[in-house]
This record gives sequence, C-alpha cells and structure tokens, in this order.
Amino acid sequence: MASLRDIKNRINSTKKTSQITKAMQMVSASKMTRAEMNAKAFVPYMEKIQEVTASIALGSADASHPMLVSRPVKKTGYVVITSDRGLAGAFNSRVLKAVNQTIQQRHKSNDEFAIIAIGRMAVDFFKGKGMNVIVDIVGVADQPSFAEIKDLTTKTVGMFSDETYDELYIYYNHYVSAITQEVTSKKILPLTDISSGSDQLTSYEFEPSAEEILKVLLPQYAESLIYGALLDSKASEHAARMTAMKNATDNAKDLINALDLSYNRARQAAITQEITEIVGGAAALE
Amino acid sequence: MKTIKVSVVTPDGPVYESDVEMVSTKAESGELGILAGHVPMVAPLQIGAVRLKKENQSDLVAVSGGFLEVRPDQVTILAQSAEQATDIDLDRAKRAKDRAEQRLNETKRENVDFKRAELALKRAMNRINVSERNI
Repeated sequence: MASLRDIKNRINSTKKTSQITKAMQMVSASKMTRAEMNAKAFVPYMEKIQEVTASIALGSADASHPMLVSRPVKKTGYVVITSDRGLAGAFNSRVLKAVNQTIQQRHKSNDEFAIIAIGRMAVDFFKGKGMNVIVDIVGVADQPSFAEIKDLTTKTVGMFSDETYDELYIYYNHYVSAITQEVTSKKILPLTDISSGSDQLTSYEFEPSAEEILKVLLPQYAESLIYGALLDSKASEHAARMTAMKNATDNAKDLINALDLSYNRARQAAITQEITEIVGGAAALE
Repeated sequence: MKTIKVSVVTPDGPVYESDVEMVSTKAESGELGILAGHVPMVAPLQIGAVRLKKENQSDLVAVSGGFLEVRPDQVTILAQSAEQATDIDLDRAKRAKDRAEQRLNETKRENVDFKRAELALKRAMNRINVSERNI
C-alpha cells in the first residue's frame, strides 16, 4: 500500500491538473460561443451568393464557365481542416482518418492527389506520411476574418483554374451541436451540383453578360465555400475541446474522490497501529 | 418617393441595411443608378463607393469588388469586404496606401505582385476617399 505522503502528492497533482482542464473548458466555451456567432454572421452571405449562383448557372443555359464543367480527373485536390493544437478529443483524428481512408481507396500513387493542409495536426500527419502537401497553413486565428483567409482561398481556387488539380474536395468537422460534430466531405470544384436555396429561380438581366458575371461570381462562391467550412470547423474545434476538457475535469474529480478514500483509510490504519503500539508498550511495562 | 430595401453583406456579416430612394454605384460596365421597381439584374462591381440616397441625406459604403443583385423590391450587394464611411480605419487605409505605393515603385510591371499592389492601392484609395467623403 502506498504511503500517506505518496497519496497526498497524487491528490495534489490531480487537483492541479483538474484546475487547468477546468480553465481550458471555460476558455473553449467562450470561444465556441464567438465561433458560433461568426458562423451565423456568415449565413446570409452564403445563402445569397448560392441563390444568385444557382439562378445564373441553372437559369441561363448559354452561360458556361470552366468551373462548371467536369473534366477528366488526372489529379485530385483535398482540403483538410484540422486544429493547430490537440487536447480536443477525437476532433483531429476523425478527419485525418477519413481523409486517409479515402485516399487509400481512391488512389494508387502519390502523384494522383495533392493535399492542402490547414492546421498543424494535418500538416504534420500528411508530411509524416510523405504525402504530397502543396499548401500548408498553420496559426489560423480562433476568429478568422475573411481578409485573413482570402490568400489561402484565392490560391486554392486558382490552382483549380490553372489545372494543378481537376477536382477539389474539402474535409472538415461539421458543427451539429455543442456535443456532436461530424466529419463532412464536400465536393467544391467543379461546381456541378449547385442547388438553389429557394424553389423559385429569378431570371436576371446581366450587365454586361452572364459569362462576365460568372467569371467574378464563381471564384467568389468557391472561396466562400472554403471560408464557410473553416468557420464551421472552428466552432467544432472549440466544442470538441470543451467536451474533452469537461470529461477530463470529471475524471479528475472521480480520481480525487477515490484517492481521498484510500488516504483516509491509510491515515486511520496508521493511527490504529500507533495506538496498538502504545497499548502494547504500556502492557509490557506492567 | 418609393423606397427600395438595400443590404450590403460580406462573409464577416451584414454591413449595411436600410430603405433608400436610390442606389448609385460603379459597375464594371459603368455608373449605375437604381430606383425601386428596377428589373432583376446582376452586375459585377468595381472597387469603389456605393452611394445610398435617402430623403435628405446620403450614406456612403466603400466596397472592394463583388457584385450587385437587383430585384424589384430589394438590392443586395455581395462583396468580400465592405465598410460604411464611419467604420473605416483611416490610419490603416493610409498605411496600406503607402505600402502599396512603395511596392509599386519596387516591382516590375509584368510581375504578379505589381498587379496585386495596384489592387491594394485602389482599395486603400477608395477607403480614404469614402472616409473623407470627397466623391
């Protein structure tokens, strides 16, 4: 049995750990609220741009654009969004596992795909496996503004235009609620499955022409899909970290309770032994 | 006079929402003025100011590209960034202008960075102009 001092030390260190996890839980909770607000602020923009894109792309048959056409796939691009730091439960491993499985199934060699890794976890994972990481971004802010992300999205969409890859998928954790996040994969480019939010398609006049507008609109649409996924993933990250830290705090509490019991038992045993010794000593003197 | 609902939305959230009498702005193909009851239309915008005329005042919003969607009762401007005149950080815009000018002097004309610096300069100038209301 462990000595009194050993148990006391373990209780103290567990208490300290639980203080840290508790603090991290509260930080994540407040970050999650703000990330959720950001994701909400983005919704009107996304809905509107989707509506207009759908109206133009579906409404006028004569409008065509390279981003609307599927071409033979020689290379596939994968955007993978993870966090920079761990301690968020299965948040990162789920996405990485999903991407890794898909790649193993679909591709035979490393030349058939390219990875755009966002977040240190994804960068380390894919580089460690020796896969073809063409863009890597670490240190994305907790509340990313569009201006910060624009370079990345422009580059990613641009590489589709100059045929670095012929299709583009995105993998990230979709925020369902504070306790559920699910891995989602979406095809971003080419934009073959645009659905309109409303049933009614408005027929627009184009100034100067539908083609000119698609040239501005489609890259902007594809870029906002990536930004939307990033906001979604940020909210998920904080939610996942909050849940993981809450579990850690709860476990620490259970452990402290169990340790307290054995501490008390050990202390009682020590007292009993002392009394027995004194009584024994007194009896020997008589 | 009849009014039309205008909203300016960016990925970071809505920037401006109000009922106005007239929207005037610079599209890729030239100046554009829109009153209530306009036919549905879509047009890409230049980097520039959007003027929103109300009864006896007019609001200014600086828009960095994007496009304009018109419906008979509503105008939506979708831009990757936009600010109302009062929200513009003038110092930051001036710094951005200096930076862009410096880069334009350093890089060669055919360089990709040249084009980028040119756009940055345009955006900065636009913000400064809107903020100082000299349009």
